[in-house]
Amino acid sequence: MNLTRKMNEIRESNVYFDRVNRARNGTKELIMKLFRFILIAGVSYVILAPMIGILTSSFFSDSDRYNPIVFTVPINPTLERYATAAEYLDYGKTLGTTVVYTLLLTLIQVFVCSMVGYGFARFEFKLKKILFACVILMIVLPVHTVMLPLYVTFRNFGIGGSTTNLMGTWWPVTIMSCLGTGLSSGLYIYIFNQFFRGLPKEIEEAAFVDGAGTWYTYFRIMLVNAMPALITVTVFSIVWQYNDTFYASLFNVPTDTLLSKRISTLMDTISNVKKIYDPSLLTLYLNAGIVMIAAPLVLIYVVLQKQFIEGVERSGIVG
Amino acid sequence: MSRRRKALNGYLFILPWLIGFIWFYVISIWMTLKFSMSELKVLPTGGYETAFVGFVNYIKAFTAHASFRQTLVTSVGNMIIDVPLIIFFSLFMALLLNRKFKGRGLVRAIFFLPVILSSGAITDALNRSQALMNGGLSQVSGELNSAVSGGMSVAYYIGLFENLAVPTSVLEYLVDAINRISTIVSASGVQIIIFIAALQAIPPALYEVSRIEGATGYETFWKVTFPMIMPHIITNLVYTVIRRFAESELVNLAYTTTFTDLNYGLGAAFSVVSTLVVLVVLAVTVIPIQKHTFYYN
Repeated sequence: MNLTRKMNEIRESNVYFDRVNRARNGTKELIMKLFRFILIAGVSYVILAPMIGILTSSFFSDSDRYNPIVFTVPINPTLERYATAAEYLDYGKTLGTTVVYTLLLTLIQVFVCSMVGYGFARFEFKLKKILFACVILMIVLPVHTVMLPLYVTFRNFGIGGSTTNLMGTWWPVTIMSCLGTGLSSGLYIYIFNQFFRGLPKEIEEAAFVDGAGTWYTYFRIMLVNAMPALITVTVFSIVWQYNDTFYASLFNVPTDTLLSKRISTLMDTISNVKKIYDPSLLTLYLNAGIVMIAAPLVLIYVVLQKQFIEGVERSGIVG
Repeated sequence: MSRRRKALNGYLFILPWLIGFIWFYVISIWMTLKFSMSELKVLPTGGYETAFVGFVNYIKAFTAHASFRQTLVTSVGNMIIDVPLIIFFSLFMALLLNRKFKGRGLVRAIFFLPVILSSGAITDALNRSQALMNGGLSQVSGELNSAVSGGMSVAYYIGLFENLAVPTSVLEYLVDAINRISTIVSASGVQIIIFIAALQAIPPALYEVSRIEGATGYETFWKVTFPMIMPHIITNLVYTVIRRFAESELVNLAYTTTFTDLNYGLGAAFSVVSTLVVLVVLAVTVIPIQKHTFYYN
């Protein structure tokens, strides 16, 4: 009798404590959630605010720009900025050539770097450690250290006696990408190396037992399995190649073929041709141009975003 | 397959890169060193001629050039301020974003946007228009700047902390950091992704064990999470230093000296000095961390 009462008391007190605990945990969790929400919202604002500013101000008409009340949302929106910017960027044509340029180099980069990464990951040969250290060196060494020699090399390009000037063509960038030394190639080789090392050896062994050769195994089996790494590198490569100005200006790639180079002269061109001298108006054209340049990338990113982040997570970079 | 045959195949796989590396890196580094120690003349026929002059270009860079030393110091100084902030910020955000909550995908997409949009072209264009940008953060940061110098309430708070005997250098660092928020946030995209990936790669069993053993959240972080992502802190450190450096004024100066002023020897000397500085910065930061790093595999 006495015992049962005591038991009940204990049980009740436990229930009470549980309730207190639960309430306390609930409050704690709520505060954590609130804290996280505020932080994320704040940082997202920092990231998005300039972009939203650019996007909306690209619709400003002249009167909106001079109206001190107008903030972010235009009163008399206009599409004139886009029309003019598209005209002077020669948008359709330049976008076409830029896309061809980007995709060409990306394809080469993915093909070559995956091969080299596989070579480092799966084969034993002399000097492998030192050679892989050279890949790391390529990542660590800033490109500008070798910019002048690269310029000289391609300015007087030739094997043997005769030399040609490859400046102002796509050749220098293409050749460098083909030889695994293009834009960020070191990083891509590293990513592929890490990924292939993480794949189970049994896959290849099974292929070899079934009589597949090294190259067949690589192209038909390993590459297919390397999808996450492929997507990661493809996205990085497209984005960086599309945005690149360093190589483009070092090798003097023709301005009218690349959007990234064209945007830098857009303001001056419009100012000269249309006789607009107010920089605050010229900025509006620039903003429209920026939106148009960024749009294809954002589109690609929205489509591939999920695969991309998952690709990185599935040991794309982290080995 | 014989061992030799396998080795041969390995060489075949890396052959394109090997040729490229020797051609464009080994030879180029040698050429940069040579250029930096010589007077380079471009011949009218298109070739060039070098005359060895020893360390003249280096001496000129440090004693005669108007802005090299200053640019070097500011670039390194910016790096020292930015890099730790970027690493801490991205680690912190990765920890936050690693938890499951509604709209996580969207937030991750937003955090990676700056990587997509922070191209050389767009940032250049933006820098030119930033002062006039509408509703952007640059304005806020500008206001903060003017508030700091104008003696508004921010100055009051700074004074308050000074009275509390917080060292001035720390305060300056903090004010500087606040001014750099947008730079830091937009430079952290890749790092956040790498940290998230690293966090996902930690075996859940470790967390289970620590929970069963009764570890608190704090202990779990320092004894499990932190050691496990140490290698990736190094990765991110290297990546951040290289990236910050590639975007710094110093590179710009080397570029304009070489290709605008056509002072090839001096430009090459700038490149060599700045590369050495980066390598020293990397060595000084990475090696001590590496010593304390624990590799799980």
